[in-house]
Amino acid sequence: MGSALDDTSGALGEQLPPLTPHAAAVEADRCLYCFDAPCTHACPTHIDIPRFIKKIATQNLRGSAETIFASNLLGATCARVCPVQELCEGACVLGSDHKPIAIGRLQRFAMDYAHEHGAYPRVQGAPTGKKIAVIGAGPAGLSCAGELAKLGHGATIFEKRAKPGGLSTFGIISLREPMEIALEEARMIESLGVKIETGVECGKNRSLADLQKEFDCIVLSVGLGRTPRLEIEGEDAIVDGLEFIEESKTNAASLKVGRNVIVIGAGNTAVDCATIAKRLGAERVTMVYRRTDREMTCYEHEYDFARKEGIEFRFLTQPARVVLEGGKLAGLECRRVELGAPDASGRPAPIAVKGSEFVLAADQIVKAVGQQKPSIAALLGLETKRGFIAVDESFLTSVPGVYAIGDCIRAKGAASTVMAVEDGKLAALAINEQLVP
Amino acid sequence: MADLRINFAGIQSPNPFWLASAPPTNSGAQIHKAFEAGWGGAVWKTIGAPVLNVSNRYGAWHYGRQRMLAINNVELISDRPLEVNLREIAEVKRAWPDRAVIVSAMVESKPETWREIVERIEDTGADGIELNYGCPHGMSERGMGAAVGQVPEYCEQISRWVMEAATIPVIMKLTPNITNIVLPARAGVAAGVNALSLINTINSIVGVDLDTLELTPSIGGKGGHGGYAGPAVKPIALNMLAALGTDEIVSKSGLPISGMGGIATWQDAAQFLLMGASSLQVCTAVMHYGYRVIEDLCDGLSNWMDEKGFATVADVCGHSLHRVSDFKDFDLSFRAVARIDESKCIKCDLCYVACNDTAHQCIDLVGADGKFVEPRAYDVRSNGKHDATAMRPQPVVREEDCVGCRLCYNICPVDECIHMVELPSGRDKVTWSQLSKEQSNVTEDWETMKAYRKQVGIEIH
Repeated sequence: MGSALDDTSGALGEQLPPLTPHAAAVEADRCLYCFDAPCTHACPTHIDIPRFIKKIATQNLRGSAETIFASNLLGATCARVCPVQELCEGACVLGSDHKPIAIGRLQRFAMDYAHEHGAYPRVQGAPTGKKIAVIGAGPAGLSCAGELAKLGHGATIFEKRAKPGGLSTFGIISLREPMEIALEEARMIESLGVKIETGVECGKNRSLADLQKEFDCIVLSVGLGRTPRLEIEGEDAIVDGLEFIEESKTNAASLKVGRNVIVIGAGNTAVDCATIAKRLGAERVTMVYRRTDREMTCYEHEYDFARKEGIEFRFLTQPARVVLEGGKLAGLECRRVELGAPDASGRPAPIAVKGSEFVLAADQIVKAVGQQKPSIAALLGLETKRGFIAVDESFLTSVPGVYAIGDCIRAKGAASTVMAVEDGKLAALAINEQLVP
Repeated sequence: MADLRINFAGIQSPNPFWLASAPPTNSGAQIHKAFEAGWGGAVWKTIGAPVLNVSNRYGAWHYGRQRMLAINNVELISDRPLEVNLREIAEVKRAWPDRAVIVSAMVESKPETWREIVERIEDTGADGIELNYGCPHGMSERGMGAAVGQVPEYCEQISRWVMEAATIPVIMKLTPNITNIVLPARAGVAAGVNALSLINTINSIVGVDLDTLELTPSIGGKGGHGGYAGPAVKPIALNMLAALGTDEIVSKSGLPISGMGGIATWQDAAQFLLMGASSLQVCTAVMHYGYRVIEDLCDGLSNWMDEKGFATVADVCGHSLHRVSDFKDFDLSFRAVARIDESKCIKCDLCYVACNDTAHQCIDLVGADGKFVEPRAYDVRSNGKHDATAMRPQPVVREEDCVGCRLCYNICPVDECIHMVELPSGRDKVTWSQLSKEQSNVTEDWETMKAYRKQVGIEIH
């Protein structure tokens, strides 16, 4: 075991370089400036994309950044982590005959300018005296608190971890978003007047009842839990994918990476885990998935990326048991799978074939098979929907004065940063209407 | 293969493309290079009075990614000593007997100085002389260039002095910095010059530097108007060319016209020929890309002529002039409407916003169900490329309300997507001239106009 590379910042450094001012200007000039543009519709936060791009073209970078912030306070993160192929760039009218505009990279260009020059949005509203507690400093919570602050409300975020940013800080591979970007974004939210208290866990150091007394309303943006258990023999020897990514961001030099690594799962997090392993020296990285490439949940561009990284795939393969030899991890016993009728997820149900057991050799196994449902729901007695916190159109939970946003309510559709940001924005508007009718 | 040779007022040239009198024709060495590249002729950078030049003499206008859609300059006439120019002119002409070597001249407005320069030019063996009555900066402050060109009487007087001395063809070059381009041209006709050329550069200030707040370019902190040329001025040049071609006195005189002003491609060249030019001069395109642009100018023009069945340049010359008309003679019953080819449309909706904000409000957004859709009608929670593309409405022209203004056609970024389709208007052919002659009340009184519209079926929403 052990990483072959010492310089992990190079191996996991941000994949795409920033656009040069010239490249940005050339790309910005290519934009047609569509009216009621489809890219804006496709963006979950509906950033006025042609407008911010034209402002790059006219070298009005402050105005460009303000245009982005007006719809999305976490533009710097979204510019890096959004699946633009599925969103804005996928809808670009130039996509059919030419190359779509590199919207993500242009947004990053404008956001880099804003963060380098402190060109932050300003608080517009007069102080209302209202106080809102936001639980969790991930993208949804930061967005919501920031929007509330812009409206003049007092927002305090309680974050159980030592640093804000949630998955942006800890759960997104540095290749796509270095930790410093997420932390700087949180500092920007603070500059709007938002208080962020780290190391405070709702239900442990602070009770919900206390918060309800102290604040006019409460917003839960707690995200999801750790990777669920596979319930297979020897599971304790398997590394949690989220912890694996977190370690790669916080302490990459001491991250243990095997020579022959198996990653269980085929979502975007699984691809990230496999990428880390490959880049930090694993000779062979194999992703094991019980369905096929048609059903896998990672984006198509992530799948392409993984293959280019030299990551191998074993489809129709279900983990059955961790093989230990002399107390050391030696492999993963799997069963062959056949696909049956669609299950509750709408995808063909994987049916393990009896007696088809075989062993894939490995000296490290990482699992990235989704996240546990929010445990806070049960703690607070909130109604749930398929395990997620149930909310109405205005993000209100079953408990009056308690709202919920982000991944913890995403019972339908894929969880994503930009959806969390939009939740935060819409919830802030709903809360504003509620508090200042 | 089309015959590109021309005979312009007796000056022979293997193709109609001459380098205009400007920096590209500053020296013998440059013109050798240009002739090697294939240029048919060159008008030597103006020689004459002694001058001193300044730095930062060229400004430019850029638009988007396109550099130098126009150049602006305060360079004066040749700053090389007269005898050096004259010697090199003689050398070039000796080395290139088949090319047109024309010498541009500008001297003080005295008969003896003009006589002297004409004689010295003729001694070089040059094929012709171009009278620079156009330079808009510097020289005009000293009573030369545009200071002459802007006063038809001066043009005529000086040209008479020149014609008394000259035995080779003389071309009078016109400045566009004048209200009516026809008047100096007529002065040239009266003076008996052999040909005209136009346009010289246009007065211009190219911009102000937003950091220093100085003019661009800044010449030691100052700036001023300079001569404007390049692709952006082409429509102005074409209009002035057409004005000469349709003027009775100028056209009857039969003086050939050397056309210039923004010619950058063979398409531009063909258009100048169609509008009556019989030789063509090029400068800015060469200053941007070098002498090599001559290859496509000739090749493209020749291919186009073959395709159109023009055997010689003379066949093309003035071919479209009879189409130049005045508004009063346009057919008011002509009707065209815009039609969007939905198979090509990329739904950028630029036509929609242009029509609705600034034109005649006759393009609608139509949803998949055939119903009109307002812009940004989608729900705030709708997102993703599938929603954005599947729900995107189609811009459709409401033809009954379309006045055929052609704005959408002009701005559509997709080739061949919007067509202007001629439709029968159901009205009799009539021009404003006829109307004002036959039914003068209609053209003078709104109430009668309204009644007339109702009678012939013109409805303006």
